Amino acid sequence: MPACAKARPYALCGWECQMDYLYFPGCTLYTKAKNFDQTARDCSLRLGFELKELKEWTCCGATFPLATDNIMALLPPSRILAKAREEGTALTTLCAICFNVIKRTNRLIQQDGEKRDKINNFIEKNYQGDLQVLHYLEILKREIGFPQLKEKVKKPLAGLKTAAYYGCMLLRPFEEMGFDDKEKPTLFEDFLEALGAKATEFPYKIECCGSFQSVGSPDVATECAYRILGSAIKNGAEAMVSTCPMCTFNIDHKQSDIKQKYLDFNPIPVFYFTQLLGISMGLDYQTLGFEQNAVDPLPLLKEKGFL
Amino acid sequence: MKIELTRQKVHNEFAKKVELISGQNLFACYQCGNCTAGCPVAFAMEVGPHEVIRYTLLGLEDEAVGVNTFWLCASCLQCTSRCPKGIDIARVMDALRMVVLRKKERKDHIQIPEFPEGFLEKVPQIALVSGFRKFLS
Repeated sequence: MPACAKARPYALCGWECQMDYLYFPGCTLYTKAKNFDQTARDCSLRLGFELKELKEWTCCGATFPLATDNIMALLPPSRILAKAREEGTALTTLCAICFNVIKRTNRLIQQDGEKRDKINNFIEKNYQGDLQVLHYLEILKREIGFPQLKEKVKKPLAGLKTAAYYGCMLLRPFEEMGFDDKEKPTLFEDFLEALGAKATEFPYKIECCGSFQSVGSPDVATECAYRILGSAIKNGAEAMVSTCPMCTFNIDHKQSDIKQKYLDFNPIPVFYFTQLLGISMGLDYQTLGFEQNAVDPLPLLKEKGFL
Repeated sequence: MKIELTRQKVHNEFAKKVELISGQNLFACYQCGNCTAGCPVAFAMEVGPHEVIRYTLLGLEDEAVGVNTFWLCASCLQCTSRCPKGIDIARVMDALRMVVLRKKERKDHIQIPEFPEGFLEKVPQIALVSGFRKFLS
């Protein structure tokens, strides 16, 4: 890893700038989830590393093709990987779906020689799968470390009862993602506790939010979201924390639909984990993009005294 | 429904096609129902994923592709993760989608012109891209 020689991050964080990470934002982080992208970039500077955006990136395809004969859908993530390998040795993502698609494609290129040749032939590259695909949370855990992160917290989120919602794409398939335990993951909760928040245990934390069914069968996706939110609220959560713009759409932006169907439902705010990280790092709340959150989190944050 | 079992029926072309696209051995399924039990959208399915696998193995193509089960699958891989026989059921569901979408009629499952007003602006592109990949021929 090249050492970061830029004066800006050093001045901002006050720590020796350790390294840069190549960063793939993905489509939604440039539009409907700008708050996720921006807060992650700002927090990384505070933590002593910089997200260096991959040049000329394209959409990853947003689904890993499950039909084994669908090589075409592997080409976009393969192009991203090949491009990233020319610039570095590790690629970071924030969106759980991008992470899943890129990491699974990378593994397939490593292990399946026939498909690797076909893909390389098509994209006119010679990529061998020798890139490390990382999620932002993995950087926080492995490179920074949660105990060290705790020391850097300026404003602990004391008294905030959060529900860490993993969703599916970070964890499954377990053999390929290797993120955390497939049924009882704890990485996300450990992260929130390092920030000083309380992480509520709830049984729906690894359940699917309905994902792209919000396009195919919106009512089904709404029901999935209701079950997840209901389970978290029942277990005492005051806010949900998400790692994925798709999950956030289903569990945050669909709360108005849920409210129409279930009159006794009380909406709760949904944060991106980087927004909570931003608050705890002492960033100005006006830079955290709360105006893009569907359920306004400001009343809760004011009530808890974080603003 | 009375089903007559014959060797030809059990080793049928339809099941072979699904196995080929999904890369899975459907005959490993012993109908435990773990996939259906853990499925987050099973509440809206006409029959569970394990039943669709059974239909496929019996060569009941019309019954297998006529239910909403695989259209509702969100590819969350909970079934895949929990199958005691190691079948990647999400791949089987995707293969069934492909069998329908790749037919020469090329009939799409969703009709974009029928979306309600303002829907395309509201939904994030991540949902549109993945949804169109799953539902359009």
